Amino acid sequence: MRMPDPDQALIAGRDAIVGALARLVPGGVVSDRAALAPYSCDALTAYRQLPLAVVLPRTTEEVSAVLGWCHGAGVKVVARGAGTSLSGGSLPLADGIVLGMARFNRVLDIDYDNRCAVVQPGVTNAAISEAVAGRGFYYAPDPSSQIACSIGGNVAENAGGVHCLKYGTTTNNLLGVEIVLIDGTILRLGGAAPEAPGYDLLGLVCGSEGMLGVVTEVTVRILPRPPHQRAMLIGFPAVEAAGECVASIIGCGIIPAALEIMDRPAIHAAEAFVNAGYPLDVEALMIAELDGGIEEIDDALAIIATIATRHGATLCRPSEGEAERLLFWAGRKAAFPAVGRVSPDYYCVDGTIPRRMLGPVLGRITEIAAAEGLAVANVFHAGDGNLHPLILYDASIPGDLEKAERVGNRILETCVEVGGVLTGEHGVGIEKRDLMHKQFTPVDLAQQQRVKAAFDPQALLNPGKVFPALSRCAEGGAEHVHGGQTRFPDLPRF
Amino acid sequence: MALLRPQTVDQVVDAVRAAGAASRPLEILGSGSRRGIGHPVQAEDALCLDRMAAIIDHDAAELVVTVQPGARTADVIAHLAGSGQRLAFEPPDLAPLWGGAAGAGTIGGMFAAGIAGPRRLAAGGIRDHVLGFQAVNGLGEVFVAGGKVLKNVTGYDLPKVMAGSWGTLAVLTEISLKALPMPEATGSLVMTGLDPAAAVTMMTRALQGAVPITGAAHLPGQPARTLLRLEGTPRVLAVQRAALAAGLQWESDWLDDAESQALWQEIGAVRPFVADDAMVWRIVLPATQAPAVLARLGGADGHLLDWGGALIWLWHAADAAIDVRAALAATGGHATLMRAPAEVTARVPVFPPLPPPLAALEARVRASFDPAGLFNPGRLGG
Repeated sequence: MRMPDPDQALIAGRDAIVGALARLVPGGVVSDRAALAPYSCDALTAYRQLPLAVVLPRTTEEVSAVLGWCHGAGVKVVARGAGTSLSGGSLPLADGIVLGMARFNRVLDIDYDNRCAVVQPGVTNAAISEAVAGRGFYYAPDPSSQIACSIGGNVAENAGGVHCLKYGTTTNNLLGVEIVLIDGTILRLGGAAPEAPGYDLLGLVCGSEGMLGVVTEVTVRILPRPPHQRAMLIGFPAVEAAGECVASIIGCGIIPAALEIMDRPAIHAAEAFVNAGYPLDVEALMIAELDGGIEEIDDALAIIATIATRHGATLCRPSEGEAERLLFWAGRKAAFPAVGRVSPDYYCVDGTIPRRMLGPVLGRITEIAAAEGLAVANVFHAGDGNLHPLILYDASIPGDLEKAERVGNRILETCVEVGGVLTGEHGVGIEKRDLMHKQFTPVDLAQQQRVKAAFDPQALLNPGKVFPALSRCAEGGAEHVHGGQTRFPDLPRF
Repeated sequence: MALLRPQTVDQVVDAVRAAGAASRPLEILGSGSRRGIGHPVQAEDALCLDRMAAIIDHDAAELVVTVQPGARTADVIAHLAGSGQRLAFEPPDLAPLWGGAAGAGTIGGMFAAGIAGPRRLAAGGIRDHVLGFQAVNGLGEVFVAGGKVLKNVTGYDLPKVMAGSWGTLAVLTEISLKALPMPEATGSLVMTGLDPAAAVTMMTRALQGAVPITGAAHLPGQPARTLLRLEGTPRVLAVQRAALAAGLQWESDWLDDAESQALWQEIGAVRPFVADDAMVWRIVLPATQAPAVLARLGGADGHLLDWGGALIWLWHAADAAIDVRAALAATGGHATLMRAPAEVTARVPVFPPLPPPLAALEARVRASFDPAGLFNPGRLGG
């Protein structure tokens, strides 16, 4: 993985840059090398780079001043929320600054009648739900890092979560932003009204990985929390049967709040770690969660149980009480660290496929890994076809990491070959950047880059991400974890 | 004056390249059912996609349907219904508003206009249901964006910016949409005699509650009716209806399945409520602002509220002295002039005017797709 060659003149002029920025944001510039270290990577820890400096503005006006100055001086800018990106979205540049948004940490307004909340981008995803919980509301998208990740980062990455099958991802729950363009222009896109005039630039900004502007305020939709939730464990003697069961459930008109599948290695690792009560004699375990009224939930669970039995399920166990529902999820949410206990290292891949290909693709994943002599544990957001194969390897064995990366690349290529996409929720970042040509033609990518240039003609915002550079060899990508130590070991990963 | 009717993507490419070479802009058409909205397109030639009308693929279990832009929305809806599915954003049949035949509109036109129906408040808009597309840009290049799967963050979300772009960015050649299950039953609770302020309060309270509402509208008249729509299995519907009615503390009736569906179709289409020659505005705003805005617009001939009050359809005589946009100042709302005589649209912008920096950014985005301004020049106005 190569980043664009740094501009040595900018690096040589670091002191002057730091001085200028310190005048714009007094007390808000970090330039000491030791203090910069925490900003050297995000949750994709395989790649690290110290930036020229970190700027921590407090106001939109300061953001505007910093961006305007960088625009004039040709200094690159990488915006950063909480730094939980799994795709290297906020990896710094040697000749650029990091714009840390952590000081934008206030909930500004909650409007229960229009069902929206206005927050600053550094507010964590979970804090929005907490702020509105007293009135029985919540913010629906629930990425696994939700206790740490910021809403600004969620907007940049269009973050998902286990419940997006029913409730959508960030973009479907976002009503407006205040955004600062690289030339310092402050714009409002959307707001409390459900639609904005003109082109849907809000939709374009969401998921643009920090390359179009810096978000300084976010308006999200909040929803009344469903009165009841219930999960069911369903065991299958074959993974293919579980995949077919997903198609049947959805085909008969039920959209569960969440629909997850784990394969045997993942089940065993999770059960050994958490004692969630998972069956150990099955090849695949499905967790189906329903929410809403009691009748609605019970009716749907009864239909799902009937369908599952038809597909050969050997176990259908609904949760009895909230404690057991949470226990069912505890195993699933601990699947990544659990796998980290049974393998020295693992490598997490993120792709989406048409659900009907779940069985064949799973077989193919096993073959691809076996050809390199590696094993894989699989967890899926099966409802929306989003795969997270965990490739098991040992970085202390020479060549093992490269094998794992080859396996990851081939899995993502397989996703594209069967009609799927390179990333369902983790983003392209630097991680899948060099695989983009597998999914898009040069014309497709050029069109996207012209859109980028309409916002940022000098390519100063987060350059080197998303778009492959010419003649760069494809290098793989996913989250590398050594000894079970992710960058945020206490965060659930699913 | 040429009318081009390509049957293949290659023919679209040829048409666009020829138009570019000759510097002859194109009006982009599906069936033309929405030609009544917007400013006159400054083009002598038209590119009509009515011969690219196939439903390419529909896999019910995948919840994805892929169609060509000229497919009639009504035909796609009927096709999906055969598998018990629907377009959940409830595309309204607006063609009769401009004097066209019901059922004439195409999927391409629907996507380009980006106007969703009553269920937008629960299910999201068209922009939330387009998974991906293929199109030809102003350089005559075929490109794709998005995908054909439900969950995808690969590359920029260009489907969002195409929705509601009124054919000014690229010529669509293929569109993939989310297809969602249809409920077994629907019905609506009806309250009568509420004024707009009381209706918005009632709808707001309902939308804050535990019972999922998939439509909330207020129809003035004698008597005024306020509707809350429920959808689900018959058993669940009965439970929800009782819970909702008990929570409202206001007397209510029940509209059963067929009756409810027919009325919501009319609410989406608007035309059945509007006086024949009236000017029609579509106002989107935070719902709680609706009563005050309506009070300021007291001289209008009529209105209806949808989306719990966040959408106002308003109509008045063409010679009435009413300044709709002035009434929206400081509300966070905006108004589109959906129907008006040409002499009015010659001086009143159809689409909401944008602040200059935003308009400048939009112009750059437009140029990034269509640098020479070949597609629908003039449609969006000044």
